[in-house]
Amino acid sequence: MKLLIKGGTVVLADGEIKADVLVGEGKIVKIAPSINADGECKIINAKNKHVFAGLIDMHVHLREPGFEGKEDIESGSRAAVAGGVTQLCCMPNTDPVCDNAVVVNYIKNRAKEVNLCKVRPIGAITKGERGESLAEIGKMKAAGAVAISDDGKSVENSYIMRLAMEYANDFGIKCLCHCEDSSLADGGVVNEGYNSTLTGLKGSLRAAEDIMIARDIALAESLNIPVHICHVSTYSGAEIIKSAKARGVKVTAETCPHYFALTDDIITSYNTNTKVNPPVREEKDRLAIIKALKEGVIDCIVTDHAPHSLKDKQVEYNLAAFGISGIETVFALSYTYLVKTGALTLSELSEKLSSNPAKILGLEGGCLREGEVADITIADLNAKYKINSAQFYSKGKNTPFNGFEVYGKIEYTIVNGEIKFPF
Amino acid sequence: MLKSKDLLGLKDKTAEEITEILDEAVEMKRYLCGSERTSALLAGKSLVTLFYENSTRTRSSFELAGKLLGATEVNISVATSSVQKGETLIDTGETLDSMKVDFIVIRHPMAGAPKLLAEHVKASVLNGGDGMHEHPTQALLDMFTIRERLGKIKGLKVAILGDIKHSRVAMSNLIGLRKLGAEVHMYAPATMIPKNMDKMGAVIAKSREEAVEGADAVMGLRIQLERQNGGLFPSLSEYSRFYGVNDNVLKLAKPNAIVLHPGPVNRGVELTPQVIDGEKSVILEQVTGGVAVRMALLKLLNEFREKNL
Repeated sequence: MKLLIKGGTVVLADGEIKADVLVGEGKIVKIAPSINADGECKIINAKNKHVFAGLIDMHVHLREPGFEGKEDIESGSRAAVAGGVTQLCCMPNTDPVCDNAVVVNYIKNRAKEVNLCKVRPIGAITKGERGESLAEIGKMKAAGAVAISDDGKSVENSYIMRLAMEYANDFGIKCLCHCEDSSLADGGVVNEGYNSTLTGLKGSLRAAEDIMIARDIALAESLNIPVHICHVSTYSGAEIIKSAKARGVKVTAETCPHYFALTDDIITSYNTNTKVNPPVREEKDRLAIIKALKEGVIDCIVTDHAPHSLKDKQVEYNLAAFGISGIETVFALSYTYLVKTGALTLSELSEKLSSNPAKILGLEGGCLREGEVADITIADLNAKYKINSAQFYSKGKNTPFNGFEVYGKIEYTIVNGEIKFPF
Repeated sequence: MLKSKDLLGLKDKTAEEITEILDEAVEMKRYLCGSERTSALLAGKSLVTLFYENSTRTRSSFELAGKLLGATEVNISVATSSVQKGETLIDTGETLDSMKVDFIVIRHPMAGAPKLLAEHVKASVLNGGDGMHEHPTQALLDMFTIRERLGKIKGLKVAILGDIKHSRVAMSNLIGLRKLGAEVHMYAPATMIPKNMDKMGAVIAKSREEAVEGADAVMGLRIQLERQNGGLFPSLSEYSRFYGVNDNVLKLAKPNAIVLHPGPVNRGVELTPQVIDGEKSVILEQVTGGVAVRMALLKLLNEFREKNL
């Protein structure tokens, strides 16, 4: 059946137009003012709504297999489409680790059964994410892995990292680098600064992140191989990326809403939902991250969706798990903190949330164009509400944003031309 | 009148509350040192000490304070409790609450643990030291001793030397002393002092001599010997030579200056034996003051509970 999205404002790469969008056979058939429905056609009234390319979240933890108490592929996919995400890439730190084609296939098959959003597995760089020897990157890629990462930690041995980048490049996939010098971080749980001193919580220096960003960029530059830097949180890390890009290094980078919406002032509550790795930094970092997004130094926004059960968080701050359940709030937080404030245009927002992730990983979708796959997100930008994690579809209710007033409500999430949200 | 059921830190206490505790402690010390020790102020009340870290003086000081006021006491040794079986802090707290405990004194290696406990129990939680965060009763007893000896706190220069970075004693003292109007000067190797103590109101000295010069009170902090293995300083003798307090350094302080230490002391490391046993030392008076301060706290928190809970 065809789908006609009528009367909305369509957000394109180069601006917004008032237009209708006709979808058929999973593809965008036509984008034009006043399309008339012919034949059997479901009509979505998008008056006063904005029509975006479906969100692509290239950094998600779905937890299945192994940690289904925190999240599973079904609950995570439900959360994704509720958050406007049509396609996601899931990190390999499951149990067993996604370091072989069997687990890649398992995830793909489960996602197919769930049939909500597109789920693209990310394979591990090293076997068991132990940082010692390469995982079967070729077989994983053949099974459908879209990238490799040992997310949660860095591959500490620089020689192994070099081998991984060279080997993966042969198969045309990138390393997504979690950047953290663990010996320097030394068990830190928050940003090292005034607030870590005030709270007595062990801090981790910016340098712990920056050193690994610099190392991975140095490898990429020396080897002339593309690399992607995960969840940039420091002003200084953004500067390292900026200067590398200026030299022509093939580096791309992502950040998350908590790095442009929060500062470490929130840790003084000892609320363990503020515990995330890398840690939320200071105001100058927050402003620099926004600037880096604006300037294209940071290419995309991801969630690092890291759902946890209550028991993982209702403990002492040091013992609590790292991570924020973010996939249902990414759109509203990005719109509220980046577009409402005037930092980004809607087209730029769409670039960060959709087209750039597609480009970085070579995925379908990411833009609204005739003939393109019909992955579409429709949002009401005027809708104002308070974030309430009790209403999350994700099993992980762990967000530091509870009670935050935001703008931008997801109205429809369309995947391959089918309405997946509302349920 | 105290403003909350718990004592989690001096950060959330006002100068008035701190002064009230110190004033009450004066009465309590008189009682403690007297011959008629028959108070039943806390008769029928129960106090639990829940220590996740070792302690000699804090724990026994709280125990004596409670017993001298007539409270019933239980000590939970974490090594032999269900904590070892994996019980969470919240579950332990709710269990104690169900036993109708009135006061829980907690020491824990992790910052914020007393706050987490306090949020889940009706009992009053007293922080006996949490990680690198606060040790409010130690700071209160230090301030009590300073005030008793020097007559005031406002306007005094207090020098704190030692492992400030890992010291909850330094943090609580800085907060408390600043609230009561003292100047706090600090000195330590750069590996042992957080970069932003100045933003919290401390004056960071460039040498121990500068820190101690003209000081009214000099406080040495315990160097935790295991830190040496962490590489924070090369050797005890090097520490002692450049960072320790000896008689020569102490000569720079005011003539009537006092020397404090939260104990236990590493003799010859942070303070020389001559300083520890010297005429300026008030280290043992601090211990007496500790019992008095904790008695005062229990009394005041009990009054808060009777009025508000």
